[in-house]
Amino acid sequence: MIPEIGLLSLIIALCLAFAQGILPLVGAQTGKPAWVAVAIPAAAGHAVFVAISFISLTWSFIASDFSVWYVAMNSNTELPLMYRIAAVWGGHEGSLLLWVLLLAFWALAVAAFSRGIPTLLRARILGVMGLISAGFMMFVLFTSNPFLRLFPVPLNGNDLNPLLQDPAMAFHPPLLYTGYVGFSVAFAFAVAAMLSGTIDRQWARWARPWTTMAWMFLTAGIVLGSWWAYYELGWGGWWFWDPVENASFMPWLLGTALIHSLAVTEKRGLFKSVTLLLAIGAFSLSLLGTFLVRSGVLVSVHAFASDPTRGLFILIYLAVVVGGALSLYAWRAPNLDKEVGFKPFSRETFLLLNNILLTAAAGLILLGTLYPLVLDAMNLGKISVGPPYFETVFIIPMLPMVVLMGVGMHTVWRSASATDVMRRLRMAVIITVLSGIVIPVLVWGWNSLLTVVGFVAGAWLIVSSLIDPVRRMMGKGPRITRGMAGMQIAHLGLGLCVLGITATTSFNIETDQRIVRGESVVVGDYTITFDGVQMVNGPNYQAIRADMSVTRAGQPVTVLHPEKRVYAVQDSPMTEAAIDSKLNRDLFIAMGDDLGDGSWSFRIQYKPLISFLWLGSIVMVLGGIVSVTDRRYRLAAPATRQAPVQAATVKST
Amino acid sequence: MLRFSFPILAFVALLGVFLIGLQRDPTYVPSPLIGKPAPVFNLPLLSDETRSLGTADIQGKIYALNVWATWCPGCRQEHQALMDIAARTDIPIYGLNWKDDPDAARRWLVQLGDPYAATVMDLDGRVAIDWGVYGAPETFLIDAEGIVLHKHIAPITMEIWTTDFVPKIIAARASRP
Repeated sequence: MIPEIGLLSLIIALCLAFAQGILPLVGAQTGKPAWVAVAIPAAAGHAVFVAISFISLTWSFIASDFSVWYVAMNSNTELPLMYRIAAVWGGHEGSLLLWVLLLAFWALAVAAFSRGIPTLLRARILGVMGLISAGFMMFVLFTSNPFLRLFPVPLNGNDLNPLLQDPAMAFHPPLLYTGYVGFSVAFAFAVAAMLSGTIDRQWARWARPWTTMAWMFLTAGIVLGSWWAYYELGWGGWWFWDPVENASFMPWLLGTALIHSLAVTEKRGLFKSVTLLLAIGAFSLSLLGTFLVRSGVLVSVHAFASDPTRGLFILIYLAVVVGGALSLYAWRAPNLDKEVGFKPFSRETFLLLNNILLTAAAGLILLGTLYPLVLDAMNLGKISVGPPYFETVFIIPMLPMVVLMGVGMHTVWRSASATDVMRRLRMAVIITVLSGIVIPVLVWGWNSLLTVVGFVAGAWLIVSSLIDPVRRMMGKGPRITRGMAGMQIAHLGLGLCVLGITATTSFNIETDQRIVRGESVVVGDYTITFDGVQMVNGPNYQAIRADMSVTRAGQPVTVLHPEKRVYAVQDSPMTEAAIDSKLNRDLFIAMGDDLGDGSWSFRIQYKPLISFLWLGSIVMVLGGIVSVTDRRYRLAAPATRQAPVQAATVKST
Repeated sequence: MLRFSFPILAFVALLGVFLIGLQRDPTYVPSPLIGKPAPVFNLPLLSDETRSLGTADIQGKIYALNVWATWCPGCRQEHQALMDIAARTDIPIYGLNWKDDPDAARRWLVQLGDPYAATVMDLDGRVAIDWGVYGAPETFLIDAEGIVLHKHIAPITMEIWTTDFVPKIIAARASRP
């Protein structure tokens, strides 16, 4: 009965989404206030019924109702409760339902927290989100119904993929999807503005916190996924340029560009067409990510659904949503930008360059991701594009960007004086070059020019982000608003990431060793002794666990326990790496195979500063949090509260 | 004006690529062995571990080589089809039992029937590496000169045998009177 309630709620939600999508949009275009007023109640009802549907599916998992096909495929009575809940989004059907749920919640949030936004603009935003949701719900209902019954009912389920039985993996998809779907708000803002034909600075101010929030969730989701890959896949890498990783990274890059472009649109009323295009692009790439993962067009570890009907449906959906928005753009954008500009040396220029470089990086990654597909489509053979390509095309635009960021932060709007900026940054440049070159060489020794460039770039970001706060503490600089502080914190976080990436890739030690029980190997400064193996029983797996004691200069450091697990139901072996994490380095041991004669193979890795990568990402998210709490976003614009979009006036602070 | 239409044009082109990409089988990987001499092996027989069988013994006649294992669900799925094919064709099908437990493999053939002319054991999987096997089941077709004619990945069916294997067998026989 519960699954039928879930299915019925989803059908009701679909009807409400159509109401939310069609009535307000038509009403806003033709001037029917009663139709426009449907937007908020429809969005609320839509969210409630999607939530009921999602709860029904969750309930079927908690109760282990194996008469539901999707539950039988992805759960098992032996699965711990937490993973029974996480298993709801462990497969194709449930993760789509999660997508729909999050979209409905974002729309609900827009309905609830946008009282300052003019009625017409808000109705249009909700309308666009309603249509996006309706399309996705049709996809779920027609091709991927999670509530299908199974007969005869199996005694037990197929279990959740053991790779996904991990706390980080339980939260990675919801966070990532919240970010993906969150860009639908920016997209809806853009489409709504293009429908009305007017974009002003007030519009950008309204759109900014929503975009930043989506970006924060996406950042957190990507990092959690990367962290999961790092310790769970057992390879010790943290980024593989896998098509699915790229699919989440491209919207992140465009979303980052969008945040900066919105800043220019808000402060100076410029870059309107760029902002619109980035808003469309960020969400389109999120949809494309879903398409690439869900259709089976690209094969990777993640792409577990491969069904041409589904692919075709998503393709049509993509054509309608993205194609529609881009056509609207081609029609409206030419009349938006005004000629008046800015001097070549100004903050506008730096932000423009920043956006060009971010977009170029996203474009080159897109090219590498799709290139094999294009070649295959033209019958030119099967190829794969690997990390060397992606690393090169990523580093080339990113290095100049990092250098420009530091300067851009200290350049004023409109027209800046190069000598002024130079004078302000002189001290910072000296500190950066000294610390960026001297400290790493003293600690790890000389590696390569690229290593030095990486360290200097990271140090430059950190130092240049700290200039204003330090001056403020010395009582010199201007007051720092939340918005500015958020920007400085986020840039500081990026600097930490750059340091972490540079150190890990330059001074990483990675070795595969055969070790006889009782013997030791030396990795870097560390001596690792293989003390023996033991059998361990987990809740739904059996494991062989190794005892590895680690010493450094004769002093005990830690004892690590890498495991090889066999999950009972799916009979699949899994490697659980053991990691000793310190701020300055990770020591990583993964268990290989029993080589007989009492020896085992191990993969041992020493990764300096990798924690900076995770830490820096968290700092970036913190920067986002600080900036969305800026007071000016909470201030309603009284002059425009009741006015229609077309009359929205601008008052900047 | 055209500047602003560029995104939609690029997007339409991309859609076209996706539409073509969707109709292709992403798991299809052509074997580099096709048209090349089959890798040689000489392995112990499953039926009698003291005796061995090698490519030298079975060459001179068109044959099929099926890679299987008891731990592979796809092999169980295709087993009946192999039985049917073996009953109808005059091509000998040899089994390459890959990284398997010999006792379990023998029990399997007793329980499900034995479609193979003979089965050899590749306990450490080295021969499978030579043959470029990356997942069981896989089925190869080798001609009388020892050249690989065809490779099929995934469970075989009578239909696949008739459409993909039989024409190649006929062509190979026609070219060699």
